[in-house]
Amino acid sequence: MRRSKTMEFGVGLFMIAGILGLVFLGLRVSGLTLSAPAQSFQLEANFANIGSLKPRARVTMAGVTVGRVESIELDTQWFDARVVLSLDSELEGQLSRDTIASILTAGLLGEQYIGLSAGGDPEMLEEGDTIRDTQSALVLEELIQQFVSNMASN
Amino acid sequence: MQSKFSNGTARITRLGRRGCDLMEALGRAGVFLFQSAVGVPSREGWRLWLHQMHFVGVLSLAIVLVSGLFIGMVLALQGYTILVDFGAEQALGQMVALSLLRELAPVVAALLFAGRAGSALTAEIGLMKATEQLTSMEMIGVDPLRRVVAPRLWAGFVSLPILTVGFSVVGIWGGYLVGVEWLGVFEGSYWSNMQANVAFVSDIGNGMIKSAVFALVVTWIAVFQGYDLVPTSEGISRATTRTVVYSSLAVLGLDFVLTAVMFGGL
Repeated sequence: MRRSKTMEFGVGLFMIAGILGLVFLGLRVSGLTLSAPAQSFQLEANFANIGSLKPRARVTMAGVTVGRVESIELDTQWFDARVVLSLDSELEGQLSRDTIASILTAGLLGEQYIGLSAGGDPEMLEEGDTIRDTQSALVLEELIQQFVSNMASN
Repeated sequence: MQSKFSNGTARITRLGRRGCDLMEALGRAGVFLFQSAVGVPSREGWRLWLHQMHFVGVLSLAIVLVSGLFIGMVLALQGYTILVDFGAEQALGQMVALSLLRELAPVVAALLFAGRAGSALTAEIGLMKATEQLTSMEMIGVDPLRRVVAPRLWAGFVSLPILTVGFSVVGIWGGYLVGVEWLGVFEGSYWSNMQANVAFVSDIGNGMIKSAVFALVVTWIAVFQGYDLVPTSEGISRATTRTVVYSSLAVLGLDFVLTAVMFGGL
């Protein structure tokens, strides 16, 4: 009977350890937070070329992460890429209409993300609006092509 | 000419018989799984399950945690020497965590589990069969499937995912020890890169699904091999070997299939 009790205790400890391990993985490794997800609002932006931008990529402003890419799809009307951005709600009504969204690359070979830079228009972007001024991703082949044609014309 | 013909027929007959045997064995294994897994456990059943949890889970903890520590440490060491060439050593945490959570923890824990617990289950049940304990149970009206097999099956199914979680946690900690404490990767970037790139559902969740599938398959193979063996000493040794070989192959093969479905966009 005594042995059976310690065995039960051991099994209980084992299962608690499993649950605690899962909690550790959730909070510390995958960075889940127990607080409610931050409020967000959505903007759209059309890019001529998104390069290798992926959904869930970062959206930054002055280097500070302010949101992420919600979805990317082909706009069949203009045949460019429509990117939906999900931004912190504290920016709602704070971004001017001429805000520029550009696709940037972290480091030389790093992942691509969207950088926003503020404009000066007195009118502000609201939920669901579209950012007009966009800069496409740098595509290495196009750069080289330009460089080569410049060389040739010289 | 005549003998050559009959030789050919014999070969085809053998092939057919082997196919039928395989199908029968699969069918037996399926019915076996169904019969032992279905049914509400009694109070006594809980106690038996607890006992098996101790044997299958708690006693496997040491080997799984020690292996996890070493695998995490070696991942960090290998990853560092490669990443530092690209100046990307701050991605070390992400690399260690993703490779552990998605692949290494479920697979290696399942392989260790097959060697440590699966073979023991087969040998135990096999010896019970060889000494006719299972038949005696049936004689006195106790169903050996529910008394002997079901607690072991459920214990294996519950404990392997827990062991996998332990493996990941210890491995990530081992990666931290080598990467941050020894090689000098900045601690903040180790954790923040990990948190930015590990998703709870698609990485940890899928790893857990993998682990649950492996748990079912490995325990199923172990108890079935024990239950279905030829009751001689040679039969027990063969069944034990088969348990380890079959479950290792099944784990590695299923891992590819599951990875293709989960991360390969199949």
